[in-house]
Amino acid sequence: MLKLEDLKIADVEAVSLTIRPGECLGLCGDSGSGKTRLLRAIADMDEHEGQVYADEIAQCDVSGHEWRRRVSLLPAESLWWFDRIGEHFEVQDRQLRQLGFDADVLDWQVSRCSSGEKQRLAVLRLLAHSPRVLLLDEPSANLDNGNAARVEALIRDYLDTRNAMAIWVSHDPAQLERVAASSYRVADGRLQALAP
Amino acid sequence: MSDSLILLTLPDLMLASMLVLALIGLSIRLGLGIGRQLAIAALRTTAQLLLVGLILESVFASSRLPLIALIMLVMLTVAAWEILARQKRKLRGWWGFGISAFSLFISSFLITALALVLVIGAEPWYLPQYAIPLLGMLLGNTMNGIALGMDRLVQTAWQQRSVIEQRLMLGQRDRDAIRDIARDAMRAGMIPIINAMAAAGIVSLPGMMTGQILAGSPPVEAVKYQILIMFLVTAGTGFGVVSVLQLIARRMFDQRERLRLDLLLR
Repeated sequence: MLKLEDLKIADVEAVSLTIRPGECLGLCGDSGSGKTRLLRAIADMDEHEGQVYADEIAQCDVSGHEWRRRVSLLPAESLWWFDRIGEHFEVQDRQLRQLGFDADVLDWQVSRCSSGEKQRLAVLRLLAHSPRVLLLDEPSANLDNGNAARVEALIRDYLDTRNAMAIWVSHDPAQLERVAASSYRVADGRLQALAP
Repeated sequence: MSDSLILLTLPDLMLASMLVLALIGLSIRLGLGIGRQLAIAALRTTAQLLLVGLILESVFASSRLPLIALIMLVMLTVAAWEILARQKRKLRGWWGFGISAFSLFISSFLITALALVLVIGAEPWYLPQYAIPLLGMLLGNTMNGIALGMDRLVQTAWQQRSVIEQRLMLGQRDRDAIRDIARDAMRAGMIPIINAMAAAGIVSLPGMMTGQILAGSPPVEAVKYQILIMFLVTAGTGFGVVSVLQLIARRMFDQRERLRLDLLLR
């Protein structure tokens, strides 16, 4: 269970909501409305008011890195720091194939990859340390429909098998309808529930 | 000083200064635009060194500890300021100064004291003829290393702040997220002294040894002092750079292991 209690960031009303194990919550809204800042606050990357619990563990009771191992954020632009993909994380072949890669992708130079490839690989990198909560900031923004569908299926699969939770930010209402049980729009500094 | 010491006279220095004057003349004639800077720098070096020579003569004559300590304190303060002046991105508040001065102190000062007491063994141990030049050599080199290492660390962290944040978002510890950058900065700070040790005697004759030989010391004696100095300088630079990098890297993050360059930089 992921629970936000009066989570407060600048320009947005305090947010309280609960996500049950296995569930995905959708989030949309204009650029600058606060979606990304909300995700950063949940991951404790920015200062904020209010409390967040993941499986009864309070954000303030564990160190920053322990929290972010449980509650991990996938930013809209994926960045890499070593030369080769495989130096960044370990992954099962099954997951690689699910996103349309062969095992030799781990030997690829990061500089050779397209932004779409990097984005898909960043999803695998995120899942590699088995977080309980995925905070996904437009994970398929750079992807064609086929690859977006693969990412959606992979995440769905991850949430189902691990009983994990996710918040999925997307500009595409149709995508949110596919991946999320319930969705909100961030507008005028408030979260408004979208009709299912 | 041995009997073969040839004292320099004023005309000797005048002759050398003619060469600089000739260079200034050439610069003016060819419009190279460095004449003015050269003239100011030449005047500064003359005035500063003469002044320091006079001060050292009186300090050497008196050998009073408070006076020596005062001079060392001035040296430390100036070195710490110089480190900050070399930084492209300025540090906020007194932290930069404090971190620089502290790191210079635990490296240069302690190693100088160690060398004076255990290696040189002059009587008293703070005999200024040994203590001040030794500290000067250590401070000068440590200052360079620290300035380079600090600049590299802060610059790279600034340029790669999104990468650092991305590593944090994946649950890395703050020290792991900055580790590769800190390692690079360490190398940047240590390269000058490693080069100096590797090239010593083959590519270049170190300045201190050259000076001693010119002043009449037997080369092997000068070499022994140079080796001592090289080791001390290497240790001083290394410990100084490590200290600064640790302290600055720690200041970059808050208790929640968030990257907070806004707290560190102006």
